Amino acid sequence: MLLQYRAAAVAGFGTQLFWGLIMVMIYEAFYRSTTVRQPMELGQVVTYVWLGQSFLAMLPWNVDSEIRGMVRQGAVAYELLRPVDLFNLWYSRAVATRTAPTLLRSAPMFITAMLFFGMQPPDSIASGFAWAAAMIGALMLGCAISTILNISLLWTISSEGVSRIVPALVLIFSGGIIPLPLFPDWAQQTLRVLPFAGLADFPYRLYVGNIPPDRVLFVLAHQVAWTIAFVALGRAILSRGVRIMVVQGG
Amino acid sequence: MAQIEVENLVKTFRVAERDPGMWGAIKGLAERRYRTIRALDGISFSLEQGELVGYIGPNGAGKSTTVKVLAGILVPDSGRVEILGRVPWRERIEHVRRIGVVFGQRTQLWWDLPVIESFDLLKDIYKVAEERYEAARDELIELLGLRSFLDTPVRQLSLGQRMRCDLAASLLHSPELLFLDEPTIGLDAVSKLAVRDFIKRMNRERGVTVILTTHDMDDIEALCERIMVIGNGVILSDGTLGELRSRISSERRLTVHLADDGVDVSDPDAEVVARQGNQVKLRFDPERVPAAVLISRIASKYPVRDLFVENPPIEEIIAELYKTIE
Repeated sequence: MLLQYRAAAVAGFGTQLFWGLIMVMIYEAFYRSTTVRQPMELGQVVTYVWLGQSFLAMLPWNVDSEIRGMVRQGAVAYELLRPVDLFNLWYSRAVATRTAPTLLRSAPMFITAMLFFGMQPPDSIASGFAWAAAMIGALMLGCAISTILNISLLWTISSEGVSRIVPALVLIFSGGIIPLPLFPDWAQQTLRVLPFAGLADFPYRLYVGNIPPDRVLFVLAHQVAWTIAFVALGRAILSRGVRIMVVQGG
Repeated sequence: MAQIEVENLVKTFRVAERDPGMWGAIKGLAERRYRTIRALDGISFSLEQGELVGYIGPNGAGKSTTVKVLAGILVPDSGRVEILGRVPWRERIEHVRRIGVVFGQRTQLWWDLPVIESFDLLKDIYKVAEERYEAARDELIELLGLRSFLDTPVRQLSLGQRMRCDLAASLLHSPELLFLDEPTIGLDAVSKLAVRDFIKRMNRERGVTVILTTHDMDDIEALCERIMVIGNGVILSDGTLGELRSRISSERRLTVHLADDGVDVSDPDAEVVARQGNQVKLRFDPERVPAAVLISRIASKYPVRDLFVENPPIEEIIAELYKTIE
């Protein structure tokens, strides 16, 4: 389905390219005017920004519009008629809806940014592998959070509130606006522990070499731990949601 | 043992209420008022394998609620349900593997996918073995005449086509039990007949137990031997169509075609209900006057060209029954 809307894909690509360029220009201006040595080099930040634009669709920032439709119209009952665990079903949906658009957008963005806008290849081969592993971890973690957002529809039905708060939280704390190392020192400890760092910041820093590749196991442990926590939480609230679910109509 | 056993099923819903108008809206912020609706108020019945039961009742009577509880989607407040030896909502996954459900007003197919891909997906979801799936699929495609639109996305199908696809989808995993919630709603005459014919066939040939809810009395007459009527959450009647008729009213109708109009037909034991040209409709109670006696009396008194006796239409019987619950 996602492959059927060419115009949307092109427009999305254009928007992200534009956004990425603005960020790159801001950081260039910032690095030129600062005299203090920053925790990340400019080249690393530029690559970090483009990675963020390439994998934006993978962040858990919205609810699944199909599930929202089902909850609104009561067709969510059909989900319970399937002989499968509902959490697994929705988690798989999340994996699909997070991967398809990401695959579609990341390749052209990578190529364009590398050719014209100063994006660098991985710092080393080891960094490349570490990044790839951490991206899988990021996908698992992101999908666990996505699934919880979708489950919240069983209560909120409209998702208005969720779709305003969550994107802000996720974007800021995963490094989508400012790379996390550039945050003040007092915030570093907290940012590192929060789940959001595992969604984007850790993998991107592995890519640019800001986190050495031999630290990848720590990153994966962080991601897996949070994924397990979110899956457990999601399962608990889903089973409550199912119990109170009242299917409209009839 | 019966295939479906339901005992004393109760399900209530809480509906938020507020007074109308601005003041009502403001008051609603401070204080929530709830009204409890007893959708099911002690339902009991049991079904044997291979039965085809019509489950009817006015809007809001609790039909769909019952179906949802039986399908394992809704948890009742109290009562006991056992289907194929399982409690639906406790062992939902095992339970739904053995049943098929069609909600006439919704589709379980994927909106943007061609029909055949929806079928393939269902095969994976239900983990149907490849060979069994192919056999079941091909048979259903044949029986329901789906071949010409298998590659069409579901959103582009007509309602009749979609309903036939939904029926097929609900049977791909060869369930022993089929719940149909208004499967003929909004269909044209041809599609209705096709759907009815198909349901009957599945029931007769495969021994699938069917519970059918509908507002279409022709569905009931064409398909169901047993009819359960529900109203205000209780079962009002459970039996054959004949039993239902005789319980509500034993009344018969006699239609008389007269040789010339202008004749006024009357009889002490019958009441004229309609008169149109040279055709007169009378109502009588066969307990009071046997049809044969009435006919010979009228035939000897008036210039009769043709006459016939019939039961009152089932709609009227049901309407009569619904009236008793209001």
